[in-house]
Amino acid sequence: MRLTQGTFSFLPDLTDGQIRAQIEYCLQNGWAISLEHTDDPHPRNAYWEMFGMPMFDLKDAAGIMAEVNICRKTFPNHYVKLNAFDSAPGRESLRLSFIVNRPAKEPGFGLAR
Amino acid sequence: MEAATTTQAPKDPAARYQAGVLKYAEMGYWRPEYEPGDTDVLALFRITPQEGVDPEEAAAAVAGESSTATWTVVWTDRLTACERYRAKAYKVEPVPGAPGQYFASIAYGLDLFEPGSIANLTASIIGNVFGFKPLKALRLEDMRIPVAYAKTFDGPPTGIVVERERLDKFGRPLLGATVKPKLGLSGKNYGRVVYEALKGGLDFTKDDENINSQAFMHWRDRFLYCMEATHRAQAATGEMKGHYLNVTAATMEDMYERAEFAKALGSAIVMIDLVIGYTAIQSMSKWARRNDMILHLHRAGHSTYTRQKSHGVSFRVISKWMRLAGVDHIHAGTVVGKLEGDPNSVQGFYNVLRERHNAVDLPRGLFFEQDWAGLRSVMPVASGGIHAGQMHQLLHYLGEDVVLQFGGGTIGHPMGIAAGATANRVALESMVLARNEGRDIWNEGPEILRQAARYCAPLKAALDTWGEVTFDYTSTDTVDFVPTATAA
Repeated sequence: MRLTQGTFSFLPDLTDGQIRAQIEYCLQNGWAISLEHTDDPHPRNAYWEMFGMPMFDLKDAAGIMAEVNICRKTFPNHYVKLNAFDSAPGRESLRLSFIVNRPAKEPGFGLAR
Repeated sequence: MEAATTTQAPKDPAARYQAGVLKYAEMGYWRPEYEPGDTDVLALFRITPQEGVDPEEAAAAVAGESSTATWTVVWTDRLTACERYRAKAYKVEPVPGAPGQYFASIAYGLDLFEPGSIANLTASIIGNVFGFKPLKALRLEDMRIPVAYAKTFDGPPTGIVVERERLDKFGRPLLGATVKPKLGLSGKNYGRVVYEALKGGLDFTKDDENINSQAFMHWRDRFLYCMEATHRAQAATGEMKGHYLNVTAATMEDMYERAEFAKALGSAIVMIDLVIGYTAIQSMSKWARRNDMILHLHRAGHSTYTRQKSHGVSFRVISKWMRLAGVDHIHAGTVVGKLEGDPNSVQGFYNVLRERHNAVDLPRGLFFEQDWAGLRSVMPVASGGIHAGQMHQLLHYLGEDVVLQFGGGTIGHPMGIAAGATANRVALESMVLARNEGRDIWNEGPEILRQAARYCAPLKAALDTWGEVTFDYTSTDTVDFVPTATAA
């Protein structure tokens, strides 16, 4: 199965160039980017593992892309997602969140009745 | 309340309260010198007086009949601080380009209203006055709810931010579809549509407004099959899914029973119709708050009073009332679809539902500044005659915090329901991706869709089937742009 969480899961996996363009968009909006990974992508798993702190002060798309690559290399068989956090009043939540790494084989879910 | 203390008593009370009939303006309801206070509820009416009735008197009559007045002088006024309770018409201006029509601004003291009650607010503001004979027609165009009054309402039980966090869906409009045909499907067949559409890529499916508990499908059958379909689609995709189970019923007891069953089956969302009434809506809102449920409102019936410009209640006012009453979703127009919706008016409704603070915005029909006092925002729903080929227009007009509902545009897909859902999801994600990359989606939209269709056969089929369909009719409910502010 293909896990369809995240903003762009119905598109072919984004290239590094496409990921970088989305990072630029987030930075232009003043959002803080963070990375999370998991081997338990159940839709009710609200807390994937943080890959370091949110990068509040890193405003450089190349630097963030390097972090993405380190995270993918460290956890090649985990799901990795890139989140953009907006601290504006009334939002104070994510504005964009998309998958940047998937395990080679996605196991999927059974339905417990 | 400070404003009320500036009110002057009439010069000669004995003369004022003599038995007989006085003009409303002379009774104290026309107060051009009045400065509305921060805690006043303000209303802007479009009035069309009968021949020979002057606009100030008509405005005063509206103020009177929507607050304390009756048609004749009553001495019992003198047992009250009546000056304080009278609504005050403080401004009358001709409507640009509409001879015989006037915008009348009226202020109501906060003490006139029960805290947290839409029923009470509306019983005053639209209770009697719309049938008043000296007026040919009357329309409530806009209201300003003071912070002091807004704070007495709970507002949306979930709101846009928490809904997105609960569903774990960010950065794009949500996608839905209403199950069709509206009537006649058995529970099992109905659930099939839900499963296919959710598995194919939609976030939500929806009962229609008139699906309740009929002979062809009793409500429990529908709930059981729809939730089986929702859970199966969730397992198949690893993504949160929902079906708006319509709990609209004859009594509150029935509605609570249906909502409890939806909760027991694990539904994330329930649905009600506007026709259940304001009090029932507020009751269901409190239930949704207690039960962590998203509350979807279908605006069934609204066009009977929102569509005509000369008479009724504008949908921007209904939007304000529903944000106070506390719903999480409300149908608010598509601009490009099959149902009424001038772009500026619709954006005005969306701003009322979504923003923390509305500035005066006359081109969008917002006559007053409105501070929402921290009330959560309502997710607007765009539904009715929209399809994947319009994705760039929908994103342009409606933005990101919206549910786009493609009913026919999903279920009528030539390759089946799941393919229809996939086409919509791929169209949406490619458009958001392109917009974020800085592309000009308004002009490049059709090309962006064609490119995406190269790797997505369902999208190609959708574009081939509906690409040229438009509903290009003149709107009736348009905004009369006024170059200078007409109120507060």
